[in-house]
Amino acid sequence: MKVTYRWLQEFAALKAAPEELARRLTLAGLEVEAIDGVAPPFSGVVVGEVLETARHPDAGKLSVCTVTTGSDRLQIICGAPNVHAGLKVAVARLGARLPGGITIKRAKLRGLESEGMLCSARELGLGEEHDGILELPAALANGTDLRAALDLDDCVLEVNATPNRGDCMSVFGIARDYVAAQERRYLTYSAPAVAAVHGETLAVQIEAGAACRVFASRVIRGIRRGARSPDWLRERLRRVGINSISAAVDVTNYVMLELGQPLHAYDLGRLTGGIIVRWAAPGEKVTLLDGKQYRLDPDFLVIADGSGAVGLGGIMGGLGTAISDATTDVLLECAHFVPDAVAGRARRLGLHTDAGQRFERGVSPALPAVAIERAAALLMQIAGGEPGPVQLTPGAVPPDRAPVRLRRERLTRLLGAAVPDTEVQGIMGAISERVDATPDGWMVVAPAHRFDLQIEADLIEEVARLRGFDSIPESHAQVPQIPGLAGERRVPVERLLTGLADRGYREVITYSFVDPGLQRQMFPDAHALELANPISAELGAMRVSLWPGLVLACRENLRRQQTRVRLFESGRKFVLDGTQLAEIDTLAGIVTGSRWPEQWGSASEAVDFHDVKSELMGLLALTGDGAVRFEAAQLSCLRPGRTARIYRGQIAIGWLGELHPQLVRTFNMSNTAVLFDLDVELAFTANTPQYKGISKFPSVRRDLAVVVDESIPLAALQENVSVSASGLLNDLLVFDIYRGPGIDSGRKSVALGLILQDSSRTLTDVDADAVVTAVVARLRDVLSATIRDR
Amino acid sequence: MAAPDPLSALVESALADVAASGDLAVLDEVRVRLLGKKGALTEQLKSLGKLPAAERPAAGQRINEAKEAIHAAIEMRRIRLESAALDLELSRGAIDVTLPGRGQDAGGLHPVTRARLRIESIFSQAGFHIASGPEVEDDFHNFEALNIPKNHPARAMHDTFYFPDGRLLRTHTSPVQIRTMRAQKPPLSVIAPGRVYRCDSDMTHTPMFHQVEGLVVGERVSFANLKAMLHTFVERFFERPLAMRLRPSYFPFTEPSAEVDIECVFCSGKGCRVCKHSGWLEILGCGMIHPAVLDATGVDPEQWQGYAFGMGIERLAMLRYGVDDLRLFFENDLQFLKQFP
Repeated sequence: MKVTYRWLQEFAALKAAPEELARRLTLAGLEVEAIDGVAPPFSGVVVGEVLETARHPDAGKLSVCTVTTGSDRLQIICGAPNVHAGLKVAVARLGARLPGGITIKRAKLRGLESEGMLCSARELGLGEEHDGILELPAALANGTDLRAALDLDDCVLEVNATPNRGDCMSVFGIARDYVAAQERRYLTYSAPAVAAVHGETLAVQIEAGAACRVFASRVIRGIRRGARSPDWLRERLRRVGINSISAAVDVTNYVMLELGQPLHAYDLGRLTGGIIVRWAAPGEKVTLLDGKQYRLDPDFLVIADGSGAVGLGGIMGGLGTAISDATTDVLLECAHFVPDAVAGRARRLGLHTDAGQRFERGVSPALPAVAIERAAALLMQIAGGEPGPVQLTPGAVPPDRAPVRLRRERLTRLLGAAVPDTEVQGIMGAISERVDATPDGWMVVAPAHRFDLQIEADLIEEVARLRGFDSIPESHAQVPQIPGLAGERRVPVERLLTGLADRGYREVITYSFVDPGLQRQMFPDAHALELANPISAELGAMRVSLWPGLVLACRENLRRQQTRVRLFESGRKFVLDGTQLAEIDTLAGIVTGSRWPEQWGSASEAVDFHDVKSELMGLLALTGDGAVRFEAAQLSCLRPGRTARIYRGQIAIGWLGELHPQLVRTFNMSNTAVLFDLDVELAFTANTPQYKGISKFPSVRRDLAVVVDESIPLAALQENVSVSASGLLNDLLVFDIYRGPGIDSGRKSVALGLILQDSSRTLTDVDADAVVTAVVARLRDVLSATIRDR
Repeated sequence: MAAPDPLSALVESALADVAASGDLAVLDEVRVRLLGKKGALTEQLKSLGKLPAAERPAAGQRINEAKEAIHAAIEMRRIRLESAALDLELSRGAIDVTLPGRGQDAGGLHPVTRARLRIESIFSQAGFHIASGPEVEDDFHNFEALNIPKNHPARAMHDTFYFPDGRLLRTHTSPVQIRTMRAQKPPLSVIAPGRVYRCDSDMTHTPMFHQVEGLVVGERVSFANLKAMLHTFVERFFERPLAMRLRPSYFPFTEPSAEVDIECVFCSGKGCRVCKHSGWLEILGCGMIHPAVLDATGVDPEQWQGYAFGMGIERLAMLRYGVDDLRLFFENDLQFLKQFP
């Protein structure tokens, strides 16, 4: 909320310039977000009065004015249309410095001398008005410095009270906290009672007693019709951002700002019968001051009269009973609504009101009785009228708060610093009138306005806050030294990220929610969790894969003229199985463009499946578990025939494949892209390495070119070679694949290098030849392979 | 005048042949012709036997001297020829060292990850363990257990994404506090980095961002300890001494609560555009765990106490790496990403 420095000064000796005041408030938890002077700096401007005006002989639009500033008579040439004799004006005297660095000098205008300038609001930085000169109140004394006359050295502080501090949503509340912090004094407010001159009251019935604990009301008859608030009050409201409406409404706003108690003024003549405070009927409608009609849920509190709802309790008054220029008889309402009865309701209607903000944070139940006296006095001072008695319904003063225990030992232990008893006592005494010392500490009864003081920790917070958090020393904790769980059973994720970065990938971070349409296009069978309130339709569904985000990131970079894009992301995908949701840690990537950066020494080739496969194998090798298989598989968004599902043993751990050509076209990409996806949990469970003896005996290599049907994958050859090599196969290399002349169409020649080794002896040629013979026989029998002549 | 000595003549012509050898192959031929098994000098040695016994030692010595002289000449010539051949090879094999290398370009980690890993490393070194929790949360863990009941004004500060069934995307990493304390017995110190979500998108907000939650519970873990840990952390993270201040604030799940400001890292507290001329940068929120939160997780607040903090990783990354627009982190423009190795 906005408060002015002067207004605060009415309640507290601030003893600090605005900047320092702001710093102190901020360090006590009332963050000052902005300090704005009410006027920019200027000097040499005084109140003057136009004594007479005459038309400039040589310029029809200029007036020659005789102006008094009390002691001097000045001739000032002025072009404003509104200048006339008797007007109080702002006179910039010779030598005056105006905002924008303008200095007023003696000048001649069309031959006549001007000894100063009459200022517009805009010239003084007081507003945008520039059609005429500023018209000052007639009561100001000539010669008074304008800054003093209009109190322009005041400033406005934007104070941001946290949601627990309803007590600081008022000028007095802020002053009270400031005084507690600076002077260790408990500031109280009292409003002199306004004596009733008649006995009239309006019947008030509270049906929702738990929600509305006190309802203070007062009839004031005969206020001046259309009364206008005085300048000081209008100006004070204006400075904190409130428009003046009418005397009665201004008074309710003023008292709310000053004390934090929301009030409402009804046009008594427009109320039908008595007031009823009750819960809304389901679907009940009410038209509020903003002119809009609202449908209410039954947990809304309404103020009703004989005709129905006339206001929303604690949030906003109704249109039908509002004060108008014709109003003469007023009912002032000053009620206490408990936070739970108001909290969240305004938000539900899309409303944000000063009253709602205060009640949901908590307004003292003791305040209505005080505020109604203050409001009545102010209203009568401005608009006259005859007050009736204050009626408190149900009448009883709310019960006392339970005392809260504050133990010295807990205070010291929680803060990690001892605070002298006298200081604790002083601080407690500054926030409460009821503090009792006990052997182990204090018992404190929190005042009614402090909704945030419920438990011991809240009081400890007050000690720390009002002493200043700076007063608590820094000291490192003595903590148990328990080693962490980082083990060798998992490849650290950091290693995976750096592994990909080292292979030329750039990490991206894409949103976890994606375009549901795009995602369905890629994964038509997947069920995605959809947001009820997405930020936009394109971010409406939780991703079932990291690919939609990666494909878009890739495409955007291609659009930005990148030709090689190698991206990966580490994050969760959200997979629904029935109603069961799994958040799966995933490592996924996309690659497009040339295999290598464009190079002077080698031709450019597009990246393909096997490039990325090798990179994945490099990562998967970190597990120390070589049992990874790539099996041909199908996935709707990948190109059939160039898609593999990746397995470790029987467990599927991921996918690798080319983006489906259909999608390449959809995304308007010029080249295909290779995509991968690994389930981090399943793929990167690691084996702890166990040393095995190194064979001292040399290995033997035998090369073999076998011709098989195209449909036979290498995996089948590997498996059969391995079986027939009876434990002697140390490694199997594929060093050529040939199709063409000499090989039947539909078949391919695969050149294999068998690395044979025994751990206990040197293999002879006879041993190696026996292996080759066995391998050849098995490949022929099982896979219809032939041996290609060398 | 004595007749010309045939040995001297041989040596003379041999030396001339050695000197005339233009390459190593010719030199080797010369060597074989003179010193080989059937070479001229070898033949001379063989003929020693024909001399009278008395002359043999002297003649033998002369022949050996001649042989050594020729050998030495050949070796010297070899070294010169080898050196010349090497020079030639080197001069022909020069490459342009300024041409680019071959192989994959450098990759890199996202700056948010880079900052996260630094944060994790700093806290790990201080004995913190790393925890995690679900991103799709329920109302209980995200709000209720953190002392934020329905209708609480603090909920207005969290623009929450909901799912039709009432679940939500976590608005902060604080639910991990609840899950950790329910799963593990104190004492404990953990951090929980992760993605969080708020239904807000403008110049300074993205609907997804990252936080790190910190939680330390012990019998005497105090506010003074919290201050010390955070101050040490920010000085380690920014690798320089930095003034820090705590401002009282409000979070329903801590009491006392504080916002932490550090001296502006751009202007050293003098005031600049980044710190809005205040000299201070707000970087995180923290406080002592509210007893109701301990209670909700089955931890006895009379015995145990502790602190919690939460910080935005993007904020720290922006300050550390001088990134002036939050949205850059999620545009994934390679021109941006390539600035982070």
